Amino acid sequence: MSWSAFFPYVAVMAVVTYLIRMLPLTAFRRPIRSRFVQSFLTYIPFAVLGAMTFPDVMYSTGDLRTAAAGVVTAVILAWRGKSLLTVAVAACLAVAAAQGILMLL
Amino acid sequence: MNAEFKKGIRHGIPIALGYLSVSFAFGMKAVGDGLTWLQAVLISATNLTSAGQIAALPLMIGGASLYEMALTQLTINLRYGLMGLSLGRKLDGSMGTVQRLIFSFADTDEIFAVASSQPGKVGKRYLYGLMLTPFLGWTLGTLLGGVAGTVMPAFVRSALGIAIYGMFLAIILPPAREKKPIRAVVALSVALSLCFHFIPGLNQISSGFVIIICAVAAASVGAILFPVEEEGQA
Repeated sequence: MSWSAFFPYVAVMAVVTYLIRMLPLTAFRRPIRSRFVQSFLTYIPFAVLGAMTFPDVMYSTGDLRTAAAGVVTAVILAWRGKSLLTVAVAACLAVAAAQGILMLL
Repeated sequence: MNAEFKKGIRHGIPIALGYLSVSFAFGMKAVGDGLTWLQAVLISATNLTSAGQIAALPLMIGGASLYEMALTQLTINLRYGLMGLSLGRKLDGSMGTVQRLIFSFADTDEIFAVASSQPGKVGKRYLYGLMLTPFLGWTLGTLLGGVAGTVMPAFVRSALGIAIYGMFLAIILPPAREKKPIRAVVALSVALSLCFHFIPGLNQISSGFVIIICAVAAASVGAILFPVEEEGQA
């Protein structure tokens, strides 16, 4: 990608992300009063990650079958509360194993 | 070296290892999508946020407007605002405005989680240590993924493609298992996302806006049906 097209994007990303992190820690030191806003902010991360994960994860390996193997593995381990690293690595290994099996078939 | 700083570095190591594998996948994906490895590293070094960076790639490649980019980052990263509000009360007297400005750069989900779980207040030396190792892991992983990703065999690349989503699932599923409101919000958001992907017409909308619409709708419904009792509690 050309640098002239790239720079505005990365600048906007970095500035927006930094401001979101910085303002509550520096400027707004009072607690939020609105119960709706509090609740909304509590749920936003889960809603964002849910929408980003599905259906995209099914296309992340280039083959629906191997992706399904990875997703099932990740869901089981994550549901049991395994660490980020464990779940991510196990999902990759499950995809690799599924690829191996498909090659043998 | 200061003991608090060292402790921060030590606490950052598991985060850094997790970041290393996920940012490797990000670097690989970014270069695969048409960015240079240096551009991928620059994104990681200036943003330090997994979900926002992943969502940015299709917007960059697709030539989306800067407005859409800003709005997408705002929605995806809004959670940091809440975390900042919560963490602000945990900082001790050594965290003046300048220190807060510096630490703000690295207030990621995992760093926030570790800092919040410390007993009592936390100070600048600990937090500087805690942000250093994950930052290095995130940037280095991106570099390795961007440079080595292209020369790796295809089957390794496709296996690594799922790493980031594995991390997302590891973040959302444990609280979803524990709390019904979070389960409902995640389920609704996923259902909406599937609609936008498969229903003709709706699937013409670009990825950044889809994430915004799904997340805002699901979190609003959640906030109306299941208002939280206290800040940060679901």
